[in-house]
Amino acid sequence: MSTLISLAQHYNYIITIFLMMGGLYIVVARGNMVKKLVGLSIFQTSVYLLYIEPAKIVGGTAPILDPAFSIYSNPLPHVLILTAIVVGVATLALGLALVVRINEAYGTIEESEIIEMDREA
Amino acid sequence: MSAVWPHLPVLQVVVPLLGAVLVGFMRHEKPAFALALLVNWTLPFIAGALLWQVLTSGPISYHLGGWEPPWGIEYRVDALSAFVLALISIIGAVTIPAARQSINFEVEDWRHPWFYCIYLLCLAGLLGITITGDAFNAFVFLEISSLSTYVMIAVGADRRALVASFQYLIMGTIGATMYVIGVGLLYLLTGTLNMADMAGRLGQAWAGQSQTIITALAFITVGISLKLALFPLHGWLPNAYAYAPSWATVFLSATATKVAIYLLIRYYFSIFGVAVDFAALPISEIIVALSLAAMFVASFVAVFETDVKRMLAYSSVAQIGYITLGIGLADQAGLTGGLVHIVNHALMKAALFVAMSAIFLRAGTVTLDGLAGIGRKMPLTLTAFTVAGFGLIGTPGTSGFISKWYLAIGALERGWWPIVFLIVGSSLIALVYVGRVLEVAWLREPSPEIAKASDPPLSILLPLMVLAAATVYLGFDTQWTVGIAADVARDLIGGLK
Repeated sequence: MSTLISLAQHYNYIITIFLMMGGLYIVVARGNMVKKLVGLSIFQTSVYLLYIEPAKIVGGTAPILDPAFSIYSNPLPHVLILTAIVVGVATLALGLALVVRINEAYGTIEESEIIEMDREA
Repeated sequence: MSAVWPHLPVLQVVVPLLGAVLVGFMRHEKPAFALALLVNWTLPFIAGALLWQVLTSGPISYHLGGWEPPWGIEYRVDALSAFVLALISIIGAVTIPAARQSINFEVEDWRHPWFYCIYLLCLAGLLGITITGDAFNAFVFLEISSLSTYVMIAVGADRRALVASFQYLIMGTIGATMYVIGVGLLYLLTGTLNMADMAGRLGQAWAGQSQTIITALAFITVGISLKLALFPLHGWLPNAYAYAPSWATVFLSATATKVAIYLLIRYYFSIFGVAVDFAALPISEIIVALSLAAMFVASFVAVFETDVKRMLAYSSVAQIGYITLGIGLADQAGLTGGLVHIVNHALMKAALFVAMSAIFLRAGTVTLDGLAGIGRKMPLTLTAFTVAGFGLIGTPGTSGFISKWYLAIGALERGWWPIVFLIVGSSLIALVYVGRVLEVAWLREPSPEIAKASDPPLSILLPLMVLAAATVYLGFDTQWTVGIAADVARDLIGGLK
């Protein structure tokens, strides 16, 4: 019972891990390259949550020095994740660009069909 | 000069980064190549100066923007990072003259300036990973180098290059994301991203939070192992190396995986090893087992490859196994052998792939059958290939022998003597696959297709000769490899808990 309560109290981490594993599963299980990239993106995004959640402190404000406030949220994870978002966007853009080129070269974006075509060639 | 001197650590990364931006503005191949060459040739001087400074007066700590660590990002140059910086800079500087002919031949015209731009970005990323003392900064540089690597692979002439690049993108991004999950867990535990600071704080956290530390260790190990192509996470590597433009393969095989190996050593010996008693965890056994599997399975697959570039790619997986074997052994001689093999393998594999780029330029093929009798048409190229091939096998008198010798001693020190036989056995398989190429190239009659082939121009031949000569030279004079690596290994092992 206490485990259940503990899990319920950390429901945000359960969501994070669900997204993480869901994303990874899509990457492995789907043969369509765009779907693979979607899965990859979900996987990356779940990591943003992993960083941001612990930084949120209930009742905390932005870290501004003022005698009226004494509880601050940690700003560093936000900055880190801002960088990680840029990296994620760049990866997704490059991945989609590759898929466009693959579609031009092979006429399909299904991995199994592409492997089949390469084997015949 | 004195104004520049204290800023050398940041210049090591900023020079190629700004070079990439400038090259990105150019629309013609000639100035783009010239600038890339110029930028590349300044880097060994910076790396050399850093190495000299570190060896004479100890580690350098550079505070970016004047912010004190652990709050600001710290660039930290110690003997290990200076050693790897020098390796990457020198490999880049030696091989870049060979790039122009090869790239002009294999890549579409309008892409040439972009290729050099992307190459310099990749170089900046690799140097950045090596020099930074900040865990998250290392991730950013990892992604800079990875994204540019995907592009360098995708411009290959064969359409399979696109698929290889896509597969690498998927695997590489999963790896980098796992790395960042591990760093995130460590940050939650310690509240710091500075590697040295983190190592100090992890020790205190170990008592109460050992599970989280082990989870972080697992994520970081798998993440980096994907990037360094540790067996069985090497799936992306053979196709990527086989279908990338020949010169891109030269550069990537010699540097990209090596930098990932550096990062793994950094995490094991400078962060986790300092805080956690590794003897309590089965890391050493796991790494050694996977390394041995790589040495045999990948070598065995290489024997049956008919595309020589792919064969060399599988050989890379096997040779990476030797390096990680040294990391897994984690004793003085073993780690020295692993570190030395980083340099030795980089030089000999660069030589072999430069030879392949020359062969593709002149003969238009890299299949085993297509190489029949090529030794008579391109004697100098194939001589260099032969020398580097012997290095791969580990023949005495080449640098490959030195690394394997130290690895064998390391295995004996550890009391794991069967590994010595396995090292010899794996070298015999290397003899088979290198021997197959040598037999076809030297002993068969040249086919009519390669009748017009001849040795490549000096811009390719000279780097090839330098690399092949280095393979022999480092088999005799080990002052710069074993000398430095032994000191580094002593420091790393001395820091372990």
